[in-house]
Amino acid sequence: MASYIGSATSRVDGRPKVTGEARYAGEFNVPGLVHGYVIESTIPKGRIVRIDTSGALGVDGVIDVLTHQSRPPMADKDNAYKDEVAPEEGSPYRPLYDDRILFTGQPVALVLAEDWETARVAASMVKVEYQKEPHVTDLHAERSRAFAIDAPEKPRGDAAKAFASAAVRHAAEYFIPTEHHNPMELFASTAIWEDGRLTVYDKTQGVQNVQKYLCGVFKMKPDEVRVMSPYMGGGFGAGLRPQYQVVLAVLGASALKRPVRVMLTRAQMYALGYRPASIERLALGASSGGTLESVQHEAIAVTSQFEEFARNDTGWGNLLYRSPNAKFEHRLVKLDLPTSCDMRAPGAATGVYALECAMDELAIALKTDPVQLRLQCYSERHQGEDVPYTSKQLRECYRQGAAEFGWDRRNAEPRSMREGSELVGWGMASGVWEALQMPATVRIVLTANGHAEVATAASDIGTGTYTIMAQVAADMLGLPIDSISVKLGDSTLPQCPLEGGSWIASSVCNAIANTARAVRGDLLELAKEMKDSPLAGVGVDDVALIDGKIASKRDATRAVPIASAMQSGNAERITREEANKVDEDKSHARNVHSAIFAEVKVDEELGVIRVTRVVNAVAAGRILNPKTAHSQVMGGVVWGIGMALHEETLFDHHFGRVMNANIAEYHVPVNADIHDIKVIFVEEPDEIVNPLGIKGLGEIGIVGVAAAIANAVYHATGKRVRDLPITLDKVIQFE
Amino acid sequence: MARSGTAKLTTRTASVPEKIPIRLTVNGSQMELRVAPWTTLLDALRDHLDLTGTKKGCDHGQCGACTVLVDGRRINSCLTLAVMKEGAEIITIEGLARNGELHPLQQAFIDQDAFQCGYCTSGQICSAAGLLAEGKARTPNEIRELMSGNICRCGAYPNIVAAILQAMERS
Repeated sequence: MASYIGSATSRVDGRPKVTGEARYAGEFNVPGLVHGYVIESTIPKGRIVRIDTSGALGVDGVIDVLTHQSRPPMADKDNAYKDEVAPEEGSPYRPLYDDRILFTGQPVALVLAEDWETARVAASMVKVEYQKEPHVTDLHAERSRAFAIDAPEKPRGDAAKAFASAAVRHAAEYFIPTEHHNPMELFASTAIWEDGRLTVYDKTQGVQNVQKYLCGVFKMKPDEVRVMSPYMGGGFGAGLRPQYQVVLAVLGASALKRPVRVMLTRAQMYALGYRPASIERLALGASSGGTLESVQHEAIAVTSQFEEFARNDTGWGNLLYRSPNAKFEHRLVKLDLPTSCDMRAPGAATGVYALECAMDELAIALKTDPVQLRLQCYSERHQGEDVPYTSKQLRECYRQGAAEFGWDRRNAEPRSMREGSELVGWGMASGVWEALQMPATVRIVLTANGHAEVATAASDIGTGTYTIMAQVAADMLGLPIDSISVKLGDSTLPQCPLEGGSWIASSVCNAIANTARAVRGDLLELAKEMKDSPLAGVGVDDVALIDGKIASKRDATRAVPIASAMQSGNAERITREEANKVDEDKSHARNVHSAIFAEVKVDEELGVIRVTRVVNAVAAGRILNPKTAHSQVMGGVVWGIGMALHEETLFDHHFGRVMNANIAEYHVPVNADIHDIKVIFVEEPDEIVNPLGIKGLGEIGIVGVAAAIANAVYHATGKRVRDLPITLDKVIQFE
Repeated sequence: MARSGTAKLTTRTASVPEKIPIRLTVNGSQMELRVAPWTTLLDALRDHLDLTGTKKGCDHGQCGACTVLVDGRRINSCLTLAVMKEGAEIITIEGLARNGELHPLQQAFIDQDAFQCGYCTSGQICSAAGLLAEGKARTPNEIRELMSGNICRCGAYPNIVAAILQAMERS
């Protein structure tokens, strides 16, 4: 039987998704379902003075209106609201808890009605009076108030002095605006009573995180609430923390003792988390020969007034480039906004954008090819920790990416390449992310009919988790993939971390391997007990499960059909549950890398920019499924194009509110924006990072893409735009 | 839309508009239902007929997730009131497969991995079916342009184009 691992396998959840059978959190219609509609604050800071619900309560079909004064009881301690990824510092936001307004769009009431339209119209009749307080929402205006957080990167040498005496210097400030995830599925939760217990279908990247959170907030016992998320219509980090609609759905269900659904509107989702706007200052000093003498990276990013969310933007230079002197600092500014949160490759999408644009500018100052500069500064060791990598095929990424792109045909002179009325620009950048593993447990139930159920409380947020789990289990159990069923998205399943950080594939698949080994051990015991067993005297690691048999690795003729072994031992099923082994070894750095090459065409008169070609060469250890892996990286490239050219949450700082809270005015790439994207997976065997050599792919696809495009826009136009997105107004005046 | 006509509903005796009986042919079946005049076709499908394959992504006609075929044409069902479609023939994602056999577009979307999370997929496939019926798109660039009303945040666009090309070749 061919190996499933490494083969391009179509998604096992493809059929339910193309037929509409896959149900998402807001799609569980049950008899007596009550619809909730959220009323949000219209001010960014202050207090609620009065809420008049009488008009809404008078509408036929309205059952109740919950406010902070009329809601069922909730916990009154911060700890109850701290979910797995809550920032260490601060007090998490408590939905509908009291009269304090912390940000525009905060829920202040929930209308509960027999149907959704009635709830919505009644919501328009609720009158809320506020007492306003002065607010701040502008990062640029508040940057002098930035305060440093503890950063793990220690300074090296004297970066400021080395910069001052460097032969060639580049220093500049880059800016990335606030961005919103905008998953296609609206955030929704449906809370349903079943025999006195609550089942909550929730849009989340972590069912067990939400389950524990609800137990804390509502003082419920673990078996009183079950959280389900069999399918999730996109997360990108927005669903890592429990979002407020799940609290509101449970409040409604508790108040009415009926099933309640709360589905947010697209506009309301702009009051959830977001990628924090950040100001990034880079200062690079190099010798005249083009090696780095000094790297300084300082970032200032946004958080809320009540929590300190931070993902260090600044340490990535330590992973990519050799430099004897370095200094990094990540600072925060508190604004009257919701707490910022993780969004695809948090810290890297932004930090590496700034770093890789700065490297491009340094290459220009040095009159060196940008790929050549990166090779001259290539780091074989993590500069901060001074340890080698478990594997790092970044050189090969540069080589294969450049060859595929045709980089050697590039004329380095800006504005030197054109096609008709369009200027052509070629730019490149590097990408880097972490290869993490988190503790996860997988249960396998193998039945005598040759079927196996593989289960863990992961979420497949579109990443392909169902499929890679089925592939790995099929190989490890020697069964056809059709004989494997994968169960996910249920808090009652074995422990699994949040779907984020690119760690699910490595965590879950290594756990499958360990569980499969335990199943194999049980099968071997059963096989050995058979009369005249051909496997007498063999150990568990001397046998493999292949083609429905348990067979000696050395002599395939020594084999017993799995079904026979189970029948002879009267075993209807074998159930095993094992975890992965998370290595605490600090002797190596664990990272994935990439090289991105981008072509842009810029209309010389109108400034319209098109990204016509992108090559992303990725070294990320073992690729389990080239088909879904390709999609993940390609999707990351599309995100990078959006980040470079389109995405920006615009604020009216006078009112302290988002101006473009919809998916037409918050621009995301559409089909016509996306052209040729080539993904290359560079071979990277890695026996150190984890037993299966898996590094993860969720984040790396976006990292560096915006920088490659920004660098290409400079090459096309001679105009360096450092604040994203690069819209036509910023390039229209060519130098 | 829903708010027009609500100005009077400010007293405690406010009432919502009366429901109206309508008939629709949905995926070949005659359906009779009673909906309020402000109920969109999208909500009628999802909440009244339990056809949740049609997705709600914005409710403003901006994302295309709610695309269905009405009398053979692709439309945003969130921008259409159900009562306006009295007697119309509606095909949703649930109605594309025949006797368990996937529509060529559905199969092509699986073959080309033209989705990740799956939430925009119903709308993409219905929109692609409408596109094929229109017969205007022949090249990848024309497909890109004419499929740009359907947002895919996972970024599967190149594979969506490949899937549509596959279905075009085989039909």
